[in-house]
Amino acid sequence: MELTVIFRGILLILLIVCAVCVNLTGSLLRAVVIFMSYSSIMCILWILMESPDLAITEAAVGAGVSGILFLVTLKKVREENEPDPADAKKDEKTGSVSGKAPR
Amino acid sequence: MISTLLNNSEEVVAIILFGIGFTMLLFHRNLIRKLIGMNIMDTGTFLFLASMGYITGRKAPIVVNGVQEMKAYINPVPAGLVLTGIVVSVSVTAVMLSLTIRLYKRYHTLNLDDIYAMSKHDMEDR
Amino acid sequence: MKDKFKKWLYGDEDLLENISDTVEEHDAPREVLKEEKRRLDSDIVRHPVTKSIEGAEKKGMKALYTVTAVISCIALIGILLYIVARLPLYGQENVRADEVIRRYIEDGLQETGAVNIVSGMILDYRAFDTLGESHVLFTALICVTILLRIDSRNMRTDYEDYYTIRQDRYFDISGDSVLSRVGLFLIPCILVFGIYVLLNGQLSPGGGFSGGAVMGAGLILFSSAFGFFTVDRFFTLKLSNRITFVALSFYSFAKGYVFFMGANGLDSHVPKGVPGAILSGGLILPLDVAVGMVVACTMFGFYSLFRRGSIGGPK
Repeated sequence: MELTVIFRGILLILLIVCAVCVNLTGSLLRAVVIFMSYSSIMCILWILMESPDLAITEAAVGAGVSGILFLVTLKKVREENEPDPADAKKDEKTGSVSGKAPR
Repeated sequence: MISTLLNNSEEVVAIILFGIGFTMLLFHRNLIRKLIGMNIMDTGTFLFLASMGYITGRKAPIVVNGVQEMKAYINPVPAGLVLTGIVVSVSVTAVMLSLTIRLYKRYHTLNLDDIYAMSKHDMEDR
Repeated sequence: MKDKFKKWLYGDEDLLENISDTVEEHDAPREVLKEEKRRLDSDIVRHPVTKSIEGAEKKGMKALYTVTAVISCIALIGILLYIVARLPLYGQENVRADEVIRRYIEDGLQETGAVNIVSGMILDYRAFDTLGESHVLFTALICVTILLRIDSRNMRTDYEDYYTIRQDRYFDISGDSVLSRVGLFLIPCILVFGIYVLLNGQLSPGGGFSGGAVMGAGLILFSSAFGFFTVDRFFTLKLSNRITFVALSFYSFAKGYVFFMGANGLDSHVPKGVPGAILSGGLILPLDVAVGMVVACTMFGFYSLFRRGSIGGPK
């Protein structure tokens, strides 16, 4: 097995692991950061496939501008942690309102 | 069939990513997770498209030393298509995120089921 | 000894002491208004009538929805994997699309003058696609402006939380020591690299989109490190409008007629030059600059609209 084949295989497996981890984290901030790292791994894959234009564009746009737009949205919405459905059930019994998850 | 799947490993991974993005669209209720899922679907499609253009043993399509045979370079056409796609993907993400901000300012929640219930109530009031 | 090490590690002063980008909120009426609205909205969701109408549907439909979603996802992945198993092997050359690729590679350098075949392809042979795509970026900027722009007319009527809007618009973050010191070194490097990638689009990997995206990211770092008021000195709304208008109209006049002529463009009498020099490639260099300007203005415009609701400064 050549070294490039092993390297490419490791990168592909890392891609799937990143995509599954974005699914399973509880915190939205962590999901966005893992998404930015997923985009960086994609950039290295483009270089291995001999397309350097796509690598520069993906690095600047995927990990750069798109990730930053997600982070600014989270700041405006002020929900870094996803609101827990358990909190909603607690509020039903006590009758109070909570809009944010506890920090 | 299994040997073909193992050889086309990039395309298999691209389709698995497409499937993961699709399940994120269907199963999560938070709007921002749906958008991340849509982005993962987009990048899976680009990986599939660009892996169609790679030919083993050949180099990137930049003319070096005046060599201009077809047998020295990879296929340049899918790279051009993916370049357009990446920029369109970021534009769509920006518009969707601004819609999310406006929805939050009106309904104060990011849960799609609650937004749907409140908006139905709004429409009945009119 | 341990205290000395801690003092050396963490520093004498608290670096985060005087920095915040949120003003302290101590106005009572606005807070009451927001809480009341939130309570009304959540009451609607948890009201027994809504729950019974939606709830009856929900209970029966939810299990059906989950089962159908799982089946459809597995079916989608299964069908696509079956098709992949019947595709030609990865890394073989495709003998069916020979003519187009042969023309692009073998005659590309003589006909377009560009050493980078992909750049020559998207800006000379397929220039109409790139025209459409620049307009897609511009349309996205317009849509985000419609949704998120705050000016003096709708600041009080459209939004309830006036004070949050005001603090986003008028209050400026500055004095963050880490960002400003790192930015002094990094921002010129990023901007110069972006201009290099943009101008060398036809000679080496890069081109309009890549250079424009790198420049846009550099401008975003600039406004994060030094505040928005510093950027407002040179990047105003008028400048952004004029750059975008000039770039897009130049591109449209240069390559818009190709739609009616069956992709055989007229000969623009810009000389093709020596392949390998910067001033080569005919019309490719000006078109590259136009596309790069549009992309850079759009990327920074997105960030500015998300952060504070306008591209230039508050009027």
